[in-house]
Amino acid sequence: MAQTRFPSPFDIPTPEGAEGWEELYTYSLPFSEDRREYEESMFWFQDGIHWGQALMPWDATFYEFAIASLSQYNTRHYIIPPALGVDYRVLNGYCYLSPVGVADPDEVTRRVPHFLERAGFYFGNWNDLYGKWMDKIRALIDRMEALSFDPLPEMEDIEVVTGGRGMGSGRDILARYHELVDLALVLWQHHFEFLNLGYAAYLDYFGFCKQAFPNIPDLAIARMVAGIEVDLFRPNEELKRLAKLAVELGVADKLMSGTVVEVVASLEASDEGRRWLAEWEEVKQPWFNFSAGGGFYHSDDIWIEKLEIPMGYLRGYIAKVQNGEDIERPIEEVRAERDRIVAEYTELLSTDEDREAFQQKLGLARVVFPYVENHNFYVEHWGHSVLWRKMRELGRVFVKEGFFTDENDIFYLRRDEVPEALWDMYSAWAVGTSPRGPKYWPREIERRRKILDVLSAWSPPKALGQPPEVVTEPFTIMLWGITSDSVNMWLGAGDGGEDEGSTLHGFAASPGVAEGPARVIFTADEIGTVQPGEILVAPITAPAWAPIFGTIAATVTDIGGMMSHAAIVCREYGLPAVTGTAFATRDIKTGQRIRVDGSSGTVTILG
Amino acid sequence: MNGYIVWFDGYSDHDRIRVGGKSASLGEMTAAGLPVPPGFAITTEAYHTLRNHPEIRSRVHSLLGSVDLLDADALEGVSAEIRRLIDAAEIPRDIVDQVTDAYAELCERCGVEDVPVAVRSSATAEDLPDASFAGEHDTYLWVRGADQVLAKMRRCWSSLFSARAISYRHEMGHDHDVISMSVAVQKMVVPRAAGVAFTLNPLDGDRSTVAIDASWGLGEAVVGGEVNPDNYLVDKVLFEIVKRKVSRKEMEIRVGDDDRVEQVAVDVERQTQPCLSDEEIRTVARLARRAERYYGVPQDVEWALDVHLPPGENVVLLQSRPETVWSRRPRVPISRPLGLEGIVATLLAPLDGRVGDRKEEGVGQTGSR
Repeated sequence: MAQTRFPSPFDIPTPEGAEGWEELYTYSLPFSEDRREYEESMFWFQDGIHWGQALMPWDATFYEFAIASLSQYNTRHYIIPPALGVDYRVLNGYCYLSPVGVADPDEVTRRVPHFLERAGFYFGNWNDLYGKWMDKIRALIDRMEALSFDPLPEMEDIEVVTGGRGMGSGRDILARYHELVDLALVLWQHHFEFLNLGYAAYLDYFGFCKQAFPNIPDLAIARMVAGIEVDLFRPNEELKRLAKLAVELGVADKLMSGTVVEVVASLEASDEGRRWLAEWEEVKQPWFNFSAGGGFYHSDDIWIEKLEIPMGYLRGYIAKVQNGEDIERPIEEVRAERDRIVAEYTELLSTDEDREAFQQKLGLARVVFPYVENHNFYVEHWGHSVLWRKMRELGRVFVKEGFFTDENDIFYLRRDEVPEALWDMYSAWAVGTSPRGPKYWPREIERRRKILDVLSAWSPPKALGQPPEVVTEPFTIMLWGITSDSVNMWLGAGDGGEDEGSTLHGFAASPGVAEGPARVIFTADEIGTVQPGEILVAPITAPAWAPIFGTIAATVTDIGGMMSHAAIVCREYGLPAVTGTAFATRDIKTGQRIRVDGSSGTVTILG
Repeated sequence: MNGYIVWFDGYSDHDRIRVGGKSASLGEMTAAGLPVPPGFAITTEAYHTLRNHPEIRSRVHSLLGSVDLLDADALEGVSAEIRRLIDAAEIPRDIVDQVTDAYAELCERCGVEDVPVAVRSSATAEDLPDASFAGEHDTYLWVRGADQVLAKMRRCWSSLFSARAISYRHEMGHDHDVISMSVAVQKMVVPRAAGVAFTLNPLDGDRSTVAIDASWGLGEAVVGGEVNPDNYLVDKVLFEIVKRKVSRKEMEIRVGDDDRVEQVAVDVERQTQPCLSDEEIRTVARLARRAERYYGVPQDVEWALDVHLPPGENVVLLQSRPETVWSRRPRVPISRPLGLEGIVATLLAPLDGRVGDRKEEGVGQTGSR
C-alpha cells in the first residue's frame, strides 16, 4: 500500500550524536513548535538539486539568500498573481522547500494588474535591462574581488596617523566582512531579477506547444529556444580551444603529464610554450571561476583553485585532437537543425492565427532564454567562486591568530557568528591581550564536525507533510521538476514499489538509447573513476562535468526538472539522459548493466 | 530500347503508357521514398509483340467480329477460344530471356531463391492510361519460379479477353485493338511484423505525431482488431518515440510453408516482446510522414516489415489512403491569449500533467476499426 501523506517534520528523530544541530543554523531555519500547526499543514520537498548534502553553518547563507530573493520577486516585485514565495527550512542539516500560493481567488485577481504593469515593463525592455544586468553583475564581482582580508598589523601604518584617518584595521576587517555578506545578498537579489519572469514566458510558450501538439517532446520545445553560444558552456569550449592550440603550437606533449606546476615550468622554456601559457592565463579569468559541483557548497572544487581539474579535461581533449577527432560543436548544423524544427512545427499548426501566436511566444521565449541559461555562470560559478575564495582568505587570518587549524573551519561558523569571532580577535588585538577564540573555537568546531558527520551519513526523506492534490506552482515544476507524478512516486516508494529495482521512470531529458555498465557517483571528486562507455548515475550533474560527456554513454540522475542545469547541459551536449528518476543512485549499483532510453524517460536495470 | 522490363525503382514519367497505371503508381511511390515491395513491370511492348503476330491478330479479329455480345454462352465460347490461342502461342525468346533475367535479379535482391511474387494485370491504352476496373483482369499471388511467372504473365495477357472484359469494352466503346496490357511482377511481402500507421494521433488529433500499431505476422490481425497490437507514438519532427505500449500479442496471421495464410498462436516469450526495434519504429514513422507529404493530407498507412529484404530496406508500404476522421473536422485555432495576457493565463492555469514527459501507459489503440 502506498502512503497517503509524508511524515510530519516533527516525527523525524534527530540522528544519534547530532543532538543540538539546530544551533548550527539561524533560529528561524529549523521546524519549531512555535509554527507547528502551519508547518504540518504544508508540503515540503527536499531540494536535492541545489542542496543534496548536509549544510555547513556558513554555507546556509546562500541557501537563505537564494530562497528569500526568489520569493521576494514573486511576492513583492512582480506580484506574480497566484504565487507567493517558497518557504524554506532545515531539518537535520537538509534543505526543505514549500511553495506558497495565493489562497484567495479575489486576491489573485487583485494582483493581476500589478503584474501586468511590472512584468510588462521588464518584458518590454528586456534586452536593455539585461545589458544593464551584465554591467551590474561585473561591477559587483569587481567589488567582491577588491575585498581583502589581512592579519591585523602589529602597529597601524604611519599614514593612518599622518592622514588623519581616525579609524583602524580592526574596524576595517569587520566592515569588509559585512560588505562581503552584503555583496552576496546583492548577488542573489540580482540572480532573480529576471529568472522568474523568464520562466513565466518560457512556460507560456511551453503551454502553447503542448496545447497545439499534446505529444510534442519537451526536448523539441527546448531545442527551439536553446542558445547556440552560451556563457555557461564557455569554460568547456575554452578548454577545447586550448587543446587545439597546444597541438598547433607543438607543445601538446609537454602538457600531457606532470603536475600543473611542472607543466607550466616546462612550457616556460620555449616561445611556443610561453604563447600557450599566455592564452591559458587569459582564459582563467573569468572562465575558470567554475565549480566542479553546483557552486552551493564551499567544499565544491573550483577550477581556478584546483587547476588539476581543467588540466585533466584538457588532456582528454588533446588526446582526441591528436587522434584526429573533431571536438568542435557543429554550430552551423545546430542552427540549421533548430530552424528545421521550428519550420516543421510551424507548418503542422492548424491555422495562421496559431502560427502568429507561436511566433510571438517563441520569440519572447528566445529573448528571455539567454538569461535563463547564462545567469548560472555569473552567479553560482563566478560570483560564488570569488566569495568562497574571499571567505577562505578570512579563514587564513583566523588560522594565523590560532582560532582555527584550517582555513575551511570558518564555514563551521554561522554567518552571524563570524563578526563575533572577529570582534574577539579585534578586541584582544586592541587591548593587547589574548582572544578567547583559540581556546573556544577549536573545541566548538570539533563538536560541530561530529554533528555534521552524523548528519552527512543520514538519508533525508524526499518529502514531508501534507502532499498537495496537484502541483500547480509554475516555478516548482519548472525548476525543481516536482509534479503530481513525482509526489505520487515518492509516496509509493516508501514501501518499495512493485517494480522497484528493475525499471525507473524519469524525464526524457535528452534523446537516444544507450546500454552499458553503470558508474554510480555521488560527488565531483569521483568523476575521475568514470570509464569511457560507462553510464553515469548520479544524484545530479553539474555543468562542469561536461568534458566527460564526450566519453560516457549516457547519464541518469535522481533529480532535475526541465530547466534544471543538469537537463540544460545534457541537451546541449546531445547525451542520452534520463533525469529526475528519484531512486537511480539507490537502486543502481556500479557495474550493473543498464539501458537508458532518453526518448521515453526509462532506465532498465538489466543485471 | 531494350524494351520489355521497367523496374519500379527505375521508373520515369515517359514509361507511364508502357507500364500502365498500376506500375506507374508503384514507380512514382518508389521515387518519392515510399518503398513499396520491389518488382518490375513487363511493358505493353511485350504484349504487343505477341498480339501483333499476324496469325493471332486475324484469328482474334474474326472471332470477335462474328460473336453476338448479348449471347452469354457464345461470348464465353469466343473468350475461351481467344485465351487458348494466346496461352498456346510461343513467346518470343527475348521476352522470355528478359523476364527470366529480371525475376532472377529480384530473387537475388531479396536473397531468396524462387522469391514469391504477385503477378498482376494492368490494362492500358494511349488515351486511356488506366483502362481497367477492379477485378476485371487476372491477378496471381504467391507465384514462384521464372516459368510460373511467364505462365501467369500469359494468363494476364489473355485475361484481356475474358468475357467480362470483352463486354465491358464493348459497352464503353473501346476498340479491342488499342487496349494493351502491362504486367506487374512484385515481391509478395512475408511480414515478420506489420500494422498500420496514422500521421496524426487518432485519440487527440495531434498532427505532430505518427501513431503506429504493430503486431507479429500479417497486418490483417491488426486491421481486423483480432490482436492487441503494440502501440507507439512518434514525433514527426525529431522522430522521437514519445510513447510506447507493448501488448500481449497472443496470435499472429502468417504465411505458412505452403504459401498459405494461417492463424497461429504466438510463443509465450514472444507475446510480450516488442515486435519492432526502435529503429524500425522510426522507419515506419518516416515512411508514414513521407506518404503524408506526398499526398498532401494526413494518411492512414498499411505497412509491413519483410523478412526477405535487407535491414534498412525491409519496411514496405502496402497501402496509403487519406485519414478521414480528424481530417474532416474544421481546423480551429488554439484560443490562447497573446502577450502578457497569455503569461497571466499560463500562471493561473494548473500546469500539472502538461509539464514533463513522463512516459508510461496511456497510449490509445489505433488499430481496431
